[in-house]
Amino acid sequence: MKFPKDLLGIKDLSADQINEILKTAGIMKEIIVKNNKKTPHLQGKTVITLFYENSTRTRLSFELASKYLSANAANVAVASSSVAKGESLIDTARTIDMMGNDALVIRHQSAGAPHLVAANVNASVINAGDGMNEHPTQALLDAYTMIEKKGKLEGLKVAIVGDVLHSRVARSNIYLLNKFGAEVTLCAPSTLLPVEIERLNVKAYTDVEKAIKGADVVMGLRMQLERQKKGLFPSIDEYSDLFGVNEERIKLAKEDAIILHPGPVNRGVEITSGIYGHERSFIDEQVLNGVAVRMAILYLLTRKGQGEDK
Amino acid sequence: MKTLITNINLINFNKEEKCDIIINNDKIEKIGKNLKTEKYDKIIEGEGKIAFPGLFDIHCHLRDPGFEYKEDIESGSKSAAKGGFTSVLAMPNTSPVADNKTVIDYIYKKIKDKAVIRVYQSGAISKGLKGEELAEMGEMQKSGIIAVTDDGKPVSDPSLMKKALVYANMLGLPVISHAEDLSLVDGGCMNEGFMSTYLGLRGTNRAAEEAMTARDIIIAKNTNTPVHITHVSTRGAVEIIREFKKQGVKVTADTCPHYFSLTDKMCEGFNTNAKMNPPLREDDDLEAIIEGLKDGTIDMIGTDHAPHHIDEKNCEFDKALNGIIGFETAFPVAYHYLHKNKGMSLSEIIKLMSYTPHRFFNLEGGEIKEGAVCDLVIASVDNEYEYKKEDVVSKSKNSPYFGFKFEAKIENVFVDGIDVLEEI
Repeated sequence: MKFPKDLLGIKDLSADQINEILKTAGIMKEIIVKNNKKTPHLQGKTVITLFYENSTRTRLSFELASKYLSANAANVAVASSSVAKGESLIDTARTIDMMGNDALVIRHQSAGAPHLVAANVNASVINAGDGMNEHPTQALLDAYTMIEKKGKLEGLKVAIVGDVLHSRVARSNIYLLNKFGAEVTLCAPSTLLPVEIERLNVKAYTDVEKAIKGADVVMGLRMQLERQKKGLFPSIDEYSDLFGVNEERIKLAKEDAIILHPGPVNRGVEITSGIYGHERSFIDEQVLNGVAVRMAILYLLTRKGQGEDK
Repeated sequence: MKTLITNINLINFNKEEKCDIIINNDKIEKIGKNLKTEKYDKIIEGEGKIAFPGLFDIHCHLRDPGFEYKEDIESGSKSAAKGGFTSVLAMPNTSPVADNKTVIDYIYKKIKDKAVIRVYQSGAISKGLKGEELAEMGEMQKSGIIAVTDDGKPVSDPSLMKKALVYANMLGLPVISHAEDLSLVDGGCMNEGFMSTYLGLRGTNRAAEEAMTARDIIIAKNTNTPVHITHVSTRGAVEIIREFKKQGVKVTADTCPHYFSLTDKMCEGFNTNAKMNPPLREDDDLEAIIEGLKDGTIDMIGTDHAPHHIDEKNCEFDKALNGIIGFETAFPVAYHYLHKNKGMSLSEIIKLMSYTPHRFFNLEGGEIKEGAVCDLVIASVDNEYEYKKEDVVSKSKNSPYFGFKFEAKIENVFVDGIDVLEEI
């Protein structure tokens, strides 16, 4: 199966391409859990991570994914790079490209930044999060985890609770789950729901109990504490009181419902510590699956002959 | 020098007629039938073409002084001429800001030396466009400004806006309001709606434009002063203006071609040439703008010609500067979207783009009649063509219309009887 040169968003992927990525991730996961984490899939290739926003798990999992696949991996520390001297995004990306790069993993605060870069470099560009637009590898690892625990996506009821407005994770999950016939319900304070989000074929609630009721998957989203200062909700206490996922509320979901969260978690805000450590919480497993999915993507995009008929 | 135009469809604000036109030096000498009786220096075959009074753009940015890498008075006036404009009003957000006599004098000297059409300058409402103190409107008026505006920025302080309206009214200077509540904009870089949700870009609610539109008109009403609302883009703003006009408030308004031809769907793919302020809205707004143009709620069409360098557009969408070039597409867009698609008469379009703005500023022009100064445009309208980047005369190429098909093509632009397009 052919893949485009770049992975910019779930919007651009077909269900078949997503299935191929998830299938390949399964193979990659076996490598990670082995004692000797090394395969030659990306030998002689270079993968560079360029992160304009802070990240622990996404950046590190891309870096480890590259290394497990034997690629030359390097990271641009944006804060101490020429970006701090005012170099434009395109110039920075082209400079990296000229050094013989094969895959550029980019996270940027501006929606569309990876698309701009992709049009200006030869390397495969992988979107590791752009503004409020997409975070495709997160949605893929979420889907991988859901399938691992629930068998398939079709017919699943997935409740996504938290700051949907600012969430690229929510958007990528919506696009992906829609492609596989899952039912997505969203829940956020009215000030944190994107306008006309229902047009993306989802249900949107401001009552967390309604949203969670009967769910197969409950996904918390990180509530950035600075949103409160911008006046989007009155206080953290009120937020967690009205919207937090806790041990009582999770009982409304199906008995075998699983709990996910893209991290990092604000314990006691969007989910309680009890939910984080719940026997059906797979938040830690998501991290492991994230490495596997990113290995699969790096491999599939940089294989010979990809991207030519984009 | 005598020029004869034969068998042309002459469009004035109040009628259309098939006729011959004689231009004698800088004047329209005669309009009538079968005038081919004597010898002329030049004859233009007008069959299949239209003639109309030179267009007047109430809203453009010539970027001179300070941003000559985007545009200057010479290149901007040539681009305007290419679009059939014989008069334009330049906004004062230059560097330094056109907020004092010295800068205005510099601009008018450059206009005299370099402009190929009639260029008028507006002055700032507030010093440095800061919205704190009134600029020296009276001094600037002596140097030639014909309006004041802080365009690009709103006058956020309502009390200063009240003083500006009252003071400018004393001088007889129109006040042009860029109506935008910056607090409601809140970091938005496109219209707030489904498309901003879909693209993950911060949206600006229509309330940002409508709240300020209402505020400025209410201040004008209560001080019995006129106010002009520029680049109207939402249904709500049209309705507010219509309502206050009904009450007899001295409010006038203009919109731009992109607000009756494009919607925020153009932002798809993070297309920075679809980024402007106010932002492109949705179909319902577009329909309301056209209704407003038809029923006289909106008095004029301006371009908001806003040239930007490629580097200011070929970047992240939220970082890209606002604005598009507009002179060269304004009439073709109006012809296609208002006349051809919506059945507005060409007379109505000429009223919006030429007659009314000339009257608004009490300037000669806006009508083709015997004895009038010859500011006249000839356009062909029968052949569809594709608008291409190579055809742009402006220094900047930031247009969302490349690849669009138009019918109206400007062929001759007479300013004081001289066809300035011959040299462009």
